[in-house]
Amino acid sequence: MTAFILRRLLFAIPVLLILIVLTFVLMYTAPGSPFASDRGVPPAVLANLEREYGLDRPFLAQIGTYIWNIVTQFDFGPSFQYRDQDVNDLIEQGFPVTLTYGFWSFLVAVVVGGTLGVVAAIRQNTWLDYFAVGISIGAQVLPNFVMAPILVLVFTLWLGWLPGGGWQGGQIEYLIMPVIALSTSFMASIARIARASMLEVMTSNFIRTARAKGLPGRTIVLRHALKPALLPVISYLGPAFVGMITGSVVIDLYFSTGGIGQFFVASALNRDYGVMMGITVLLGALTILFNLLVDILYAWIDPKIRY
Amino acid sequence: MTEHLLSVRDLSVSFDTPDGTVSAVNGISLDLAKRDTLAIVGESGSGKTQLAFAMLGLLARNGRSEGSVRIEGQEILNLPEAKLNKVRAERVAMIFQDPMTSLNPYLKIGTQMAEVLQLHLGKSKRAAMEDAARMLDAVRIPDAKRRLGMYPHEFSGGMRQRIMIAMALLCRPALLIADEPTTALDVTVQAQIMELLTEVREEFGTAIILITHDLGIVAGSCERTMVMYGGRVMETGPTDKLFEAPSHPYTLGLLAAVPRLDIPQEDLLTIPGDPPDLLGLSGGCPFTPRCPLAHEPCPQRMPDLVSFDTDRKRACHAAREDVHR
Repeated sequence: MTAFILRRLLFAIPVLLILIVLTFVLMYTAPGSPFASDRGVPPAVLANLEREYGLDRPFLAQIGTYIWNIVTQFDFGPSFQYRDQDVNDLIEQGFPVTLTYGFWSFLVAVVVGGTLGVVAAIRQNTWLDYFAVGISIGAQVLPNFVMAPILVLVFTLWLGWLPGGGWQGGQIEYLIMPVIALSTSFMASIARIARASMLEVMTSNFIRTARAKGLPGRTIVLRHALKPALLPVISYLGPAFVGMITGSVVIDLYFSTGGIGQFFVASALNRDYGVMMGITVLLGALTILFNLLVDILYAWIDPKIRY
Repeated sequence: MTEHLLSVRDLSVSFDTPDGTVSAVNGISLDLAKRDTLAIVGESGSGKTQLAFAMLGLLARNGRSEGSVRIEGQEILNLPEAKLNKVRAERVAMIFQDPMTSLNPYLKIGTQMAEVLQLHLGKSKRAAMEDAARMLDAVRIPDAKRRLGMYPHEFSGGMRQRIMIAMALLCRPALLIADEPTTALDVTVQAQIMELLTEVREEFGTAIILITHDLGIVAGSCERTMVMYGGRVMETGPTDKLFEAPSHPYTLGLLAAVPRLDIPQEDLLTIPGDPPDLLGLSGGCPFTPRCPLAHEPCPQRMPDLVSFDTDRKRACHAAREDVHR
């Protein structure tokens, strides 16, 4: 197991390098400049700025320096937009925010979605099942960019219960709406996956054996059915995590929460090469890490999987 | 008359499907005394497995059972779940056709074996594990203590069926229902499992109902045999008499279809036709379309199960003398 984890972590290095190179090439070939503005910058000034940031150097030299600085000093370079801050500062500032509401959204999606799905399956074709299925279908068609304005309309403008945006260090009233908006559709997907797989597991032969042994329903569900029923849910968690990070772009825009999602969009629009590269690498690393966690979880649940 | 261990009266099982109601079992009665062995024989779809499931309340959700099933005098049908679980755990055990999927692949053997003892007999985990190890020993699984910590996929099919049997015997049930216990196993392992079941009966005094389509394994292991077709009893009686002089054309066909090694045979003999579609059975004998002796009353009326020879019964309109090889 340890060997497996080490191997996977080692394997992550070339994957991240490829990610860096690809993103770098894309940005290098994309037209536009971080210093272009509507007023027009004199060519001499532009040339000076580009020299200052090393943008006039050949491609290989640029990417070489970039990777070298990361490897030796863990320095992701300067931001081209926020003159006083470098990329590490911006990520340090925005990432904890994203991580906070991301974590809660993840937890809500998994716990609520999983429970909803399992309960619906156990009470198949009862009002509880229809209720759960109804909720998850409703939630499925409400992506975060629809959910967010609806929440603001209801809870801020009509009811006046919650602030319409801001972060304030992640106080609960600022956290509620971002978490709901971000988690809804994932919760729905998880509920549907959990329900389908629970239904399948409950008709399998070993559940029949458990019933024939005289085990009460609760024991059958909790001890015998839950683990195998959750396997498909777990394999969905990898993509779900990536989806949530991407979703944070919308959340930051609607609720002004100040997570990395907002820097991500802004950096792409402003050609802020440094920030964009930094966030891409961060998300890439997180995705790799999360898929590794999913694989470890899989091995922990299914004794047939050994690395 | 001694009190029956198991007493089934007019048991019918039906399933609601989108295409209509399927009658899997139609008005079956049977009695079983302590230490009895009964084989229930029939082709796939004859209702034998659903009969067994109904006896333990294990039918699928869309299944309904009517009639009466009494185990040691207690009515099983419509028994509240908690009481039913007690019967399942302590009085009647069941082993299944496919040992490869009948054990939970995600739990250790020891956990699966011990849980019933802990739950129903209130034993400590340790005591339950010791019992489980002893029982694995009894079904000839070597190195039992270590095996308790292993998962089902680490065992062969025959070993898993042994584990199933050991698990079934843990609470010393009075009745063991074995649903095609050897079907998924190869022939040498089949023989070992049947031998084990015979030993189990001698050692623990467990009555056994063996459900099978393999007449070869019935002969040596069960005193009585019940032949089912289309959810009905065709004939029932002591195994040796039934094999020697079958009184029903279906039994005759089944026996003729057993491949023989002692005489040269060109082809494997079969009973022509297919098992009946249980959806919308008529009131007549379900075997009629395939029966060489079918005549006028057969498609209209199901013959009664009539006693003869003191301990045999048959349900056939044809005269007994006409049923011969």
